[in-house]
Amino acid sequence: MQQSIFEICVNRPLTETTWEMVLRGDTSAITHPGQFINIKLEGYYLRRPISVCDWNGETVTILYKILGHGTEAMTHMTPGQKLDILTGLGNGYDPEKSGDAPLLVGGGVGIPPLYGLARRLRGEGKTVTAVLGYNTASERFYVEKFEELGVSVHVLTADGTAGAKGLVTDGMEQVEEYTHLYTCGPEPMLKAVYAHCRTSGQFSFEERMGCGFGACMGCTCKTKYGNKRICKDGPVLEKEEIVW
Amino acid sequence: MVNTKVNLCGIQLDNPVIPASGTFGYGYEFAELYDINCLGTFSFKGTTAQPRYGNPTPRIAEYAGGLLNAVGLQNPGVDAVIAEELPKLAKCFHKPVMANISGFSVEEYVEVCRKLDACQQVGWLEVNISCPNVHGGGMSFGTDPKAAAEVTKAVRAVTTKPLILKLSPNVTDIVTIAKACEDAGADAVSLINTVMGMRIDLRRRAPLLHNTTGGMSGPGIFPLAVRMVYQVSSAVKIPVVGMGGVSSAEDVLELMMAGATAVEVGAANLVEPYACKKILEDLPVVMEHYGICDINEIIGGVHHG
Repeated sequence: MQQSIFEICVNRPLTETTWEMVLRGDTSAITHPGQFINIKLEGYYLRRPISVCDWNGETVTILYKILGHGTEAMTHMTPGQKLDILTGLGNGYDPEKSGDAPLLVGGGVGIPPLYGLARRLRGEGKTVTAVLGYNTASERFYVEKFEELGVSVHVLTADGTAGAKGLVTDGMEQVEEYTHLYTCGPEPMLKAVYAHCRTSGQFSFEERMGCGFGACMGCTCKTKYGNKRICKDGPVLEKEEIVW
Repeated sequence: MVNTKVNLCGIQLDNPVIPASGTFGYGYEFAELYDINCLGTFSFKGTTAQPRYGNPTPRIAEYAGGLLNAVGLQNPGVDAVIAEELPKLAKCFHKPVMANISGFSVEEYVEVCRKLDACQQVGWLEVNISCPNVHGGGMSFGTDPKAAAEVTKAVRAVTTKPLILKLSPNVTDIVTIAKACEDAGADAVSLINTVMGMRIDLRRRAPLLHNTTGGMSGPGIFPLAVRMVYQVSSAVKIPVVGMGGVSSAEDVLELMMAGATAVEVGAANLVEPYACKKILEDLPVVMEHYGICDINEIIGGVHHG
């Protein structure tokens, strides 16, 4: 973990409720796709934990959904503004486990961390398939970005306004073979994906956090191997250790 | 050069700054960030006889002045603490540590205190009779002077280490409880534990915390802490360890002027992981600013009029 100051380069809406923010600063503490950062916002006591969508040596990109006052306040921030951020939090996904043809399954605001993972896996020459689920056509984001990486993308919407109508689990049925599964999304979706998953897999969870770095025990969950802190021992759990 | 050394129940602290229980784990998360030997000491995660998972999540909520938690004393149990956590801690912390103890019965407090009394690393026993997030124990001992005295007397009998009773602000008269602990043999009292609060999710029309209520901490409770430390320290002869929303070196001095011999820092560690290190860097500078050469000279030194 590292605490440092980042400068906002980009802050723009992708849809009505999902925004993209690019931050310039020291990204050296970020080591794995699927990790998160914890942002101090003026006027709010707790930091806001948000998953890393992508990063390079100079910038980190996050996608955030307007869910409360904190994320709403973030939409009013402008390039040049500086933010106090903890980086390199959480374990993240392990790309080593992917096999040759991994499947990525994301729902809504759970999709962002899968993008950085997809870029990494494509860079290693893996055949990557992504099943991306949204509520409706107007809430879609980053579909083209996944396609530009050479990922085979299946889009589903709950109301059928784009892609196939249905849930991500319907999309998973269309994928004949995969070597490992990586997923992130709301818990009911994760549970359904778990039931459909035919291989080993890594599941990224969300919980209300206090500190984000393992000190407060605010986000503990039970696993087959004992209690784990979503922020420090997770947010990514192995399929075989999950207790629903 | 200013003097920041204080004496807490016969053990010298290099400085009065102590991370509070439940915000510092067993030390090593923070030892990865900075050398925690700069601290006076720290109070480790509240420990019970048996391992505890704690409350279901969500356990954390926010308010304008800080946060609410309803963790519910998650801990691996005293035997695992002694067998696993303390040896790990010994590698990164070389000072006496403050053991924080909770229980659901007088017998449980006694059992945990007896076991931790035997640990050389442990300098003080801080007995928590004020956790608002568990049922049938915790705070119920800290809201009744008789029960508080009963716990104090029972654990006093099994330890020669300095005994600190951690008090709840969720009472009509904290002075009565503090005096009951003093009379029953406590070497010090620490206060305040978190203030019981509640938040509601407007969308779901339901409590934000699974436990319904939680303990408020953070700068929003600091004036309450100052007032209670002042009242208690004016009424008892034993030292008072002050805490509640402390976030800066100025806050440390303020609580000490109110009567605290040492000061615990809680919530600040969770939002500013380097909070205690920063407070310690600032402390000599702020002391000089206010013309304080020896920090001991300000303890309880608030003037009237």
